[in-house]
Amino acid sequence: MTTISQPDDATVAGMGEPARSRTTRRVRGLSDRTIAWLFVAPTIALLLAINIFPLVWMIRLSFTSLNLSMSYLPLRFVGLDNFTDILGDEDVWMRLQTTAQFVIWSVTFQVIIGFGLALLINRQFRGHSFWTTIILLPMMLSPAVVGNFWTLLLQPQIGPFNSLISLFTGVPPSAFSMTGQVSLAPWTIVLVDTWMWAPYVMLICLAGLRSIPDYIYEAAEVDRASAWRQFWSITLPMTVPFLMLAVLFRAIENFKMFDMVNLLTSGGPGSTTELVSITLKRAAFEKWRTGYSSALAIILFVTVFGAANIYVKALNKVKQR
Amino acid sequence: MTAATSTAHSIVEASPRSKALAGALVILYAVITILPLLWIVATAFKSQSDAIAYPPKVIFEPTLEGYVNLFTVRTRQTPDFIAKLPPPETWYDKLVRQRDMVIAGPSKVVPRFVNSLIIGFGSTFLAVFLGTLAAYAFSRFRIPLADDLLFFILSTRMMPPVAVAIPIYLMYRQLNLTDTRLGMILLYTAVNVSLAVWLLKGFIDEIPREYEEAALVDGYTRLQALRKVVLPQAVTGIAATAIFCLIFSWNEYAFAVLLTSGEAQTMPPFIPFIIGEGGQDWPAVAAATTLFVVPIVLFTVLLRKHLLRGITFGAVRK
Repeated sequence: MTTISQPDDATVAGMGEPARSRTTRRVRGLSDRTIAWLFVAPTIALLLAINIFPLVWMIRLSFTSLNLSMSYLPLRFVGLDNFTDILGDEDVWMRLQTTAQFVIWSVTFQVIIGFGLALLINRQFRGHSFWTTIILLPMMLSPAVVGNFWTLLLQPQIGPFNSLISLFTGVPPSAFSMTGQVSLAPWTIVLVDTWMWAPYVMLICLAGLRSIPDYIYEAAEVDRASAWRQFWSITLPMTVPFLMLAVLFRAIENFKMFDMVNLLTSGGPGSTTELVSITLKRAAFEKWRTGYSSALAIILFVTVFGAANIYVKALNKVKQR
Repeated sequence: MTAATSTAHSIVEASPRSKALAGALVILYAVITILPLLWIVATAFKSQSDAIAYPPKVIFEPTLEGYVNLFTVRTRQTPDFIAKLPPPETWYDKLVRQRDMVIAGPSKVVPRFVNSLIIGFGSTFLAVFLGTLAAYAFSRFRIPLADDLLFFILSTRMMPPVAVAIPIYLMYRQLNLTDTRLGMILLYTAVNVSLAVWLLKGFIDEIPREYEEAALVDGYTRLQALRKVVLPQAVTGIAATAIFCLIFSWNEYAFAVLLTSGEAQTMPPFIPFIIGEGGQDWPAVAAATTLFVVPIVLFTVLLRKHLLRGITFGAVRK
């Protein structure tokens, strides 16, 4: 701190070896404007090279019939054929529906559990900080590793999950398979995703709850508002912007979901849990239909981007209120 | 607070009974939520037969077989052959021979772990370096279209990873970057730099400009002021950002599985394919998972204060 408040010439001059002071002298002439561009340019360049250039290339490919397993064929432009194929394909619509259901249910459960936990933790009982950290652990893990070890936990006979359920309900553990049964598999991916991400919603809601100043509750107390009333007219409305932020982040992430589900069910049984990212992976990296999958990727990106934009606008409106 | 404590049932200061109830419910949830992880840690210490026993075993005799299997490749031999061998030199040789097997060499887990470390630290260093420079510029200078640029930086993160992997795969094939550490480092840097810029901008915004301005008045150049005044103040924020980037690269699966197959493969695509005789070697998989997860648990505890910022791209700060 002392060097900041009173830097004498000695500290500046004695900054080290002659080589370093030579560099400093050279850049002394740089204007703020130059420095700003020098600082921002590498990041922008990297993103252009790794994100934008490939994106543009992909847009071009989406108008071709390129198939990497037959890449000896000359590149043929097919116009909008890939797009019309995809949008007219009932299977793709089914996959989008599966994805939408997965997003809606998992986010709903995460909001209910996350918000509930946040309300409870906000009571500030003893040791709440330690238990909060424990609850947060699942969301920090690798989704792929999570998907993989849940396959063990959910094995009908050797996994503990079915035995636990059987303990409470009396249904024999081998009578059902969480990942192998058409009726259960979609709920299984929702269950594991909720296990993983409910803490995420909790953490954001907790921030929302803590942002409410005490005096509002004190005023409500003076007015003899019931706890129920306080919840509906103070707690909930003031946490809504935070809640919506959590929903936005989770919905985008789950719409793109690939890793956890790919390892947990790999889309099966049949295609009951085949999310659209898994369809995309199969088209691109198993059937090698690069042109087709580029078009699908663009459709997905536009969907995420469009939905996110609409949602952010709604979010801003809520914030203004 | 005094006004609150006087009214017994205020939400501001909850009554002891409601606190106890809330505590009990949260602890119950925490215990249930941690059970799957504990089961995996326990499975790592089971023998192959205990790991796949029906009904599942809660009490078992612990063994290090899982860890030994994780680190070695073994071949099955006849008991006669094993009897003829010289006595085992190490405890793990002994353990393996009890199963009529002989260690044939090290498994690929160490190279995969090293890949995870190199790619993780490499991309984190680059992303934080680039991110700090860009964040400082966005925070302190007037950059035309700054908001648009920041939004552009964020939007690169909205692409589904599988979609990004399609053109990257083609591009890397042309550039000979497929299945190389350099290729993965560049890719993860590009993904992480958006997080780094957004988080670090928040942290640098919080450092009062007056400190630098005083330094500038005293004859420091911009770069000197950045290095000697701003960076020391931003050190916690930079560390937190670095840990977030590291966790992302450490955990990433989609790019890793689609763009690497051997040389540059990291742990997440490797772990599910640890195979024993007749399918997945669960004790070894569990051992790998445990070793893989321990650093994340430590980081989570370290990051507690900044977790919220990190997961919301700095949108929520407290």
